[in-house]
Amino acid sequence: MVIILDYGLGNLRSLQTALEGQGIKAKISNDPEEISSATAIFLPGVGAFRDASNALWDSGLAELLRKRSGEGVYIIGICLGMQLLYDKSFENGEYEGLGLIPGEIVKLVEMPKIPHMGWNNLTIEKEDPLTKYTSTGDFVYFVHSYYAKSSGDEILAYTEYGEKIPAVVRKGNIIGFQFHPEKSSEVGALLLKALGEIIL
Amino acid sequence: MLTRRIIPCLDVRDGRVVKGKKFQNIVDVEDPEVLGEFYSKAGADELVFYDITATNEARKISLEFIEKVASKINIPFCVGGGVNSIDDFTEILRKGADKVSVNSAAVKTPELITLASLKYGAQCVVLSMDVKKVDSGKWRVYVNGGRVDTGLDALEWAIEGVRLGAGELVVNSIDADGMKEGYDLELLKAITSRVGVPVIASGGAGKLDDFAKAVIEADVDGVLAASVFHYKEIEIKELKEYLKSKGIEVRL
Repeated sequence: MVIILDYGLGNLRSLQTALEGQGIKAKISNDPEEISSATAIFLPGVGAFRDASNALWDSGLAELLRKRSGEGVYIIGICLGMQLLYDKSFENGEYEGLGLIPGEIVKLVEMPKIPHMGWNNLTIEKEDPLTKYTSTGDFVYFVHSYYAKSSGDEILAYTEYGEKIPAVVRKGNIIGFQFHPEKSSEVGALLLKALGEIIL
Repeated sequence: MLTRRIIPCLDVRDGRVVKGKKFQNIVDVEDPEVLGEFYSKAGADELVFYDITATNEARKISLEFIEKVASKINIPFCVGGGVNSIDDFTEILRKGADKVSVNSAAVKTPELITLASLKYGAQCVVLSMDVKKVDSGKWRVYVNGGRVDTGLDALEWAIEGVRLGAGELVVNSIDADGMKEGYDLELLKAITSRVGVPVIASGGAGKLDDFAKAVIEADVDGVLAASVFHYKEIEIKELKEYLKSKGIEVRL
C-alpha cells in the first residue's frame, strides 16, 4: 500500500490526484498501522519547517518513518517534505529533520526575490531511472525560500537560482523533489510516472 | 532560469466564470474547471480565480469550484475574493488551491497577512491591491471592488504588505482594467523597484507588446489578463513565442 502521510499540513488531494493519473493508488493516512505496512510513503508539506517538524516528532510519526526507511520502504518527500528528509533546518531557528539524507536546510540568499517562485528548468546531474523521462531544460514549478545544502551526492537534478539548488534527490529508497511534480504539468507527470515504475 | 509567468485571471460568480469592464457590465463566460483545464493545456503557467459572489452564504457554495479545478489541472492556482479570515485561508487551501489572495480584508486587518504567512508560509499569501492614480507618481489603494478609497498610498502599502508577510503582490490598475491600452508601467516600475517578492501585473493588457513592456520596462515576474484570453484575442502559445522573440525567458 502507498500512503500519503497526513500530519495536518497542506493540501494532499492534488498530489493524490496526480499520482492516480500515473496509476499510483495512494491512501491519505496518519494511521501507524497502515504506515507500518506501507510499501511507499509520501511526505508532502507546505508551510513552515518548524510546524512540520514538531508535528512529525510530537506524534511519533518521525520515529516510525525513520524505522520504515531503514527497512527499505520508499520515502518520498515533496517540497517541504523533501527538506524534512535532511538532518536539520535553519528556517527561523534550528529544527530537527528526519536525518535520512545528510545535509542542512538553509535560506536562499543574495537573490533579489525570495521566495523562489515559478517555473525553472532542471539540469540532469546523474542518470537514474527516476529521471528517465526527464531532460535537461525541462521546466518544473518551484515555491520555496530555503534549500538543501549538502555534499551533493544525492542530487539527480538541480536548478539554478543564485546557486545550485538540489531539485530531484535520491539516496537509495529516499527520494525528494524540491519542486511540486503534481503542479508541474506534463514534466511533473512524467517524473511521477517514472517514480511509479520504481516504487510499485 | 526562472521564467516570467503568464497568468489568465478568471472572475467567478456563483460558481461560474464571468467578465466585466472596470468591475461593471458583468457577463457569463464558462465553468471554472472547463476554462481552467483549457488554459492549463494551452500553456498557462498559473491561474487566478477571484470569487466575486455577492454574499458570504452564496460564496460558501460558489467555492466548491476549487475542488473541481484542483482535480482537473496540474499547474498552480490562486483563489481570492471575499477572503476575510484565517479560516477562509484554511478552507481555500484545503479545497486544493495553492495560494490565497487577500485584498480588502488585509487593509482592514493587516495582521491577517502575518497570521496566514506564519501558518501557511509566505509563498501562499498573495496581497492583491486595486490601485488608482491620484496624481503624478501617486497612487492610492481602493477596496470593495474598486469603489472605496482607503486613503492608503499604494507604494507604502506594497512595502508594508511584504513586511507583514505577503509572498507575492498582484497589482491591479483600476484605471487600466478592461481598457486594453496596456498595463500601468509607471506604477508597476515603482513597486517592483521597492519590494523583494514577485510582482504580478494586472489590468490593461490588450496586445502582445503590452505583456512584453510589463516585463522589460517594469520587471514584473508575471503578467495577468482576462478578456484577451477568454475571448481568444491572444493565444497563450502565441504570446509566449512573442515574449521569447523579445528575449524574455518563458516556459514553452
